[in-house]
Amino acid sequence: MNGFTPFMRALGAVVWKDLQAERRSRELISAMLVFAMLVILIFNFALELESNIRANVTAGVLWVTFTFAGQLGLNRSMAVEKDRGCLDGLLLAPVDRAAIYLGKTLANWVFMLLVAAIVLPIYSVLYNTNLFIPGLVLVILLGSEGYVAVGTLLSTMAVQARTRDILLPILLFPVVIPVLVAAVKATGGFLQGLDFSEILPYINMLIVYDVVFTAVAFMVFDSVVEE
Amino acid sequence: MNAKPKFLTVLDVVAAVMFVTAVSLVFFYAPLERVMGWVQKVFYFHVASAWVGMLAFAVAAVCGVIYLIKKDVRYDRVEFAAIEIGIVFGLLTIVTGSIWARPIWNAWWTWDPRLTTATIMELVYFAYLMLRSGIEEPERRARFGAVYAIIGFLSVPLTFFSIRLFRTIHPVVIGSNDPGAEGAFDMTPKMTQTFMFSLLTFTVGFITLLWHRVRLGTLADRIEQLKMKLQS
Repeated sequence: MNGFTPFMRALGAVVWKDLQAERRSRELISAMLVFAMLVILIFNFALELESNIRANVTAGVLWVTFTFAGQLGLNRSMAVEKDRGCLDGLLLAPVDRAAIYLGKTLANWVFMLLVAAIVLPIYSVLYNTNLFIPGLVLVILLGSEGYVAVGTLLSTMAVQARTRDILLPILLFPVVIPVLVAAVKATGGFLQGLDFSEILPYINMLIVYDVVFTAVAFMVFDSVVEE
Repeated sequence: MNAKPKFLTVLDVVAAVMFVTAVSLVFFYAPLERVMGWVQKVFYFHVASAWVGMLAFAVAAVCGVIYLIKKDVRYDRVEFAAIEIGIVFGLLTIVTGSIWARPIWNAWWTWDPRLTTATIMELVYFAYLMLRSGIEEPERRARFGAVYAIIGFLSVPLTFFSIRLFRTIHPVVIGSNDPGAEGAFDMTPKMTQTFMFSLLTFTVGFITLLWHRVRLGTLADRIEQLKMKLQS
């Protein structure tokens, strides 16, 4: 109980710092948003998004968009820390390293959710589809949590390597496949109005993934930032 | 550098003899399967390769955990060696599987859960190599490798289950019926014996290769140290 309050305070401080920095510069969100819109545009030409086929591919298009835009955000978020020496500053502070990890993850999660919150209405308007289903919100929450939990850990490693920009997707995508599979299927299920009992296995998969990987990343983060 | 341990030489000979025996068993002892014929014999080596691939990954993950706790570089060497060997056996699995699949399923490849998971596992291996090659300090490289080996290993079963869920809940629209159904067969006792022996042979082969590779890694590290000493 003793260490809890300083831990939460450190966590809050890290999240606050990231959100404030983003509020002032807006570089992450704008990059992620523009990229997401470009991806949707490309999909317009790459796939037949005519109304009858669209229902099947909407889930896939959405999650590919989130995956690529999310990866961009993760990369930039860590690169900014490293390049400006913030990471070293954070590590010198007498706080639990895990608090730094959780703080970064939470901030990255917020950014990804913000992007989703803007992409969903735009997609709905552009393709005349109603994407405002509560189930969809749940899937996005769970899916993006697992994604950023692993992504924050791996981007911390990737940013310290020589091949930093190309390395994060190579490390992240194979490992995050369960999230992608479950999220696409669950999203598709909600969009098609399937019975919740049919979608539940995918939701369970997302929850299991989130719990396992957040816990593991929490435990190993120390090894990834020590000097 | 230590001289090659006598036990390793013995192991080399044992592994070689076991391989020759396994091949003879497969061709002369195991009966010809009624439906599939000769191509079924690939199965003895295919499953054994897959087993070694997974074993290698497990060994690497365990070594990763121990390395993070103890910081003993020897565990890092074993982990790296295991992943390298795992890549080779993973590729063997995929290739032998394709060879078997072409006449039986009439396709070189399907996106069946096991095949897909095997591919993803192979990609995780390659990503591991790319991670290590992108970092210069040995200590950091070892730490990051350990972390990724653990994360990668944990993701494989989840990947398998998620893809299996993906493929079973919705009917297969493209392609024929469940590929697992075609090509399944019951094993007679002789086949089972051959299969078990093949599994054992590949495991012994894995241990031998691992040992050799770890020795190579130790030598390479020693050369690195000498080089750095010369430069300073």
